[in-house]
Amino acid sequence: MAANTASGYIQHHLQNLTFGQLPAGYERFDGSVLSDASWTIAHSAAEAKDMGFWAIHVDSMLWSVLLGFVFLGLFRMVAKNITSGVPGGLQNAIESIVEFVDTSVKESFHGKNPVIAPLALTIFCWIFFMNLMDLIPVDWIPGLATLAGVPYMKIVPSTDPNITMAMSISVFLLMLFYWVKVKGFGGLFSDLALHPFSSNNPVAKIALIPVNLILETVSLIAKPISLGLRLFGNMYAGELIFILIAMIGYVQLPLHFGWALLHILVITLQAYIFMTLTIVYLSMAHEDH
Amino acid sequence: MNINATIIGQTIAFAFFVWFCMKYVWPPIIGALNERQKKIADGLAAADRASTDLELAQAKAMEELRQARDQAKEIVDQANRRAAVIVDEAKDNAREEGERLIIAARAEIEQEVNQAREALRAQVASIAVAGAGKILGKQIDEAANSELVDQLAAEL
Repeated sequence: MAANTASGYIQHHLQNLTFGQLPAGYERFDGSVLSDASWTIAHSAAEAKDMGFWAIHVDSMLWSVLLGFVFLGLFRMVAKNITSGVPGGLQNAIESIVEFVDTSVKESFHGKNPVIAPLALTIFCWIFFMNLMDLIPVDWIPGLATLAGVPYMKIVPSTDPNITMAMSISVFLLMLFYWVKVKGFGGLFSDLALHPFSSNNPVAKIALIPVNLILETVSLIAKPISLGLRLFGNMYAGELIFILIAMIGYVQLPLHFGWALLHILVITLQAYIFMTLTIVYLSMAHEDH
Repeated sequence: MNINATIIGQTIAFAFFVWFCMKYVWPPIIGALNERQKKIADGLAAADRASTDLELAQAKAMEELRQARDQAKEIVDQANRRAAVIVDEAKDNAREEGERLIIAARAEIEQEVNQAREALRAQVASIAVAGAGKILGKQIDEAANSELVDQLAAEL
């Protein structure tokens, strides 16, 4: 489990703490064989994989929900005591974030929708907090977890594709929902079928429909996938480099510092990109081409 | 790196957080921001109004001042004119009074001259009588000759 080889070390750091069901007759990591199907925590990557779909990454969920509560708690605290008079330090900081998000929303979305702005704020802050966990030295919390007997502990939820894809698919479903709500199924269909190639000749128009449908459907499907994988890829790569740097002895200190400094930009930028694309996608659902 | 039920858990958590944010976080903050924006706008508008008011008040004050100055000038002019009239009147009065006094004095002088003449005439009559008596050497009977003497005196 606590591997001493370099690849073992990396694999250990990149493995989520998985809780799921192993089937009867399964041979565990320590060689014992299960007599019944049982719910347990995976102690190796193979076990986690064999748990199938109905398993859960306890660490990802724990940290993401925890950070979500940190975000909501902080903002709720400020929102409860907010004054329209002279703001204090914390209120000032929160207000500037809210104002920044509000401006971003107003720039690209011109309709009236009470969901988009809070959605954008939640996405920006939550992803920012999740990404921020990347700056905690890679061995601290997994080390503590190992001491406490927990085999794996991955503390950056946004390096788990489940987390990022869940968010991007939610955004995508919301986009489809508003698309249908604003324009109806006919509008959705015409948006997909009559662009980008269109013609004034009705026959050509009908002939172009399959081409348009294929093109637009591909680009539509690509949206949530690229949205989720972009965040995951950036954070995963960043985390991997932190882990690699952590393996090279004392030289790591200046390298760590430099990479962390650069990563502060990546963290903020990725949160911002996710938020902006969400706004763009949702305003696309509302507006005519 | 496996795709598993975490994706569902995260979706539920995401929906909850967005709902909470939409319900309890966003409205009060954005409300306060808008309220402050309105306050600032009102304040600026009030400042604009105040400066306009100030200009108006200044213009009004200047106007009042000018009017007051005009009025004062008018009053002074009037007073000057009135003073001139009074002086003229006083002069006229003084002249009249002087003339009156001169006339009265002249009348008195004339009267006194007349009195003196009368007295002188009486005295001359008696001197003439006395002189004539001395010339004639005898006492002329005053009673007998009084008619003569009076006639003489009247001729003087």
